[in-house]
Amino acid sequence: MEEDKVPQDDDNVLEGKLKVLKYAIDKNGNYTKVKTVGWEPENIVLSQAWEEINERVDAVRSKVLNGKLSPIAYHMEKQMLDVSMLAGYVGYSSFRVKWHLKPWAFKRLSETQLDKYANAFRISKEQLLKTD
Amino acid sequence: MNSNFQHNQSAHCESGVASNLLKHHGLNLSEPLVFGIGSGLFFGHMPFLKVNGIPATTYRIFPGLIFARLCKRLGIEMTKQTYRSESKAMDHLDKILEQGMPVGLLTSVYYLPYLPEALRFHFNAHNIVVFGKQNGKYLVSDPIMETITEIDREDLQRARFAKGALAPNGRMYYPTFVPKEVDLKKPIVESIKKTAVDMTTIPVPLFGIRGQRYLAKRVAQYPIKMDKRKAALFLGNIVRMQEEIGTGGAGFRFIFAAYLQEASTILNQPWLHDISKEVTETGDRWRDFAYDAARICKDRAVTGENYQKLSEMMLECANREEIIFNKLKKISLT
Repeated sequence: MEEDKVPQDDDNVLEGKLKVLKYAIDKNGNYTKVKTVGWEPENIVLSQAWEEINERVDAVRSKVLNGKLSPIAYHMEKQMLDVSMLAGYVGYSSFRVKWHLKPWAFKRLSETQLDKYANAFRISKEQLLKTD
Repeated sequence: MNSNFQHNQSAHCESGVASNLLKHHGLNLSEPLVFGIGSGLFFGHMPFLKVNGIPATTYRIFPGLIFARLCKRLGIEMTKQTYRSESKAMDHLDKILEQGMPVGLLTSVYYLPYLPEALRFHFNAHNIVVFGKQNGKYLVSDPIMETITEIDREDLQRARFAKGALAPNGRMYYPTFVPKEVDLKKPIVESIKKTAVDMTTIPVPLFGIRGQRYLAKRVAQYPIKMDKRKAALFLGNIVRMQEEIGTGGAGFRFIFAAYLQEASTILNQPWLHDISKEVTETGDRWRDFAYDAARICKDRAVTGENYQKLSEMMLECANREEIIFNKLKKISLT
């Protein structure tokens, strides 16, 4: 890849927070470092990955709103956590976390338990109860 | 307490942190030299190892091995520690920082707020340097960033103790002995030979050139074995591993080509400069593959013909790399 051919396809993926470093050859054929704001193929596959995640989140949100799953399931999907990871953060067994995915079990959680989940998700208790 | 740490932006976190930390201790090694002497280049495709249901593909060796091999080959000593208590880990970090010692930390990308949202997946093997504190926040030299950033205690603690695969467990490390001068010749030869041997002779068909051919065959089968959406996701993931995650372009092949150029000069072996050109050309072919693959994903053009073409492009890359690494295997000091 030549220095002056390093793509600069800005899809605002990087939100202006950084430019990524790539290696490319200069006019003398020697390697040099070049900053880039993006490359279309990278932008495409990254959006594809997020689209997939967002669709899964929407599907879980529907299930929560239809009373099939508790809001914990929504936040798990939103934060891309699996049961075992969430169990690690909240300090419960995976079995117990799975149990709390059931709407009726969730309704019986104490304030302390809700606090634990809110902390695990790093959100407020109010946010925990919603599927924003 | 800031230790006057020099931040240099790098393409890749592990080689970037290693280069920056060693520079701080007086040993000046570029990122390509670190990456190369650490024998970082590799390839693997593991269909049984799935992340979000998608099989793992890697263009580099297992996390941590670059730094480990670098230290072994150059006689650098490091102290590394993991912790069971999060607060002890943070207190220990503070104590070391107070002594003016910058440290490397393993973190989860997901919990680093200074990164763009779109890049924040659960990846637990991200290396950063923390070198001081200012107004209650930690000063971070994250090698992929252009400048120094900050992070607060709570976020850093969560990033250090993220759960999931390859959980960092608060891992902290820093050099305790760095030689003032090193002879790079023998380590360079050793490291290139290691990379070449690993790419060509590992008997398991998932790794090295064999792995590339294996994946190429599987890519051709994607439209037959799964629905359009899944095929596009699987393909997209290969492109992400190759281009998105701080590889410097073309699955680390460009960084490796840069390494060969430096090696050529240090060893005074001009043939390595020619091999470097071949590696660059191969890197460009990998990028052609990524370009076509992404277009197919975007258009959802999941056809047997398209995936067959991609498979052939990948096989071409494998063939080129086989020639390259069979030549590099013969490297010696003279």
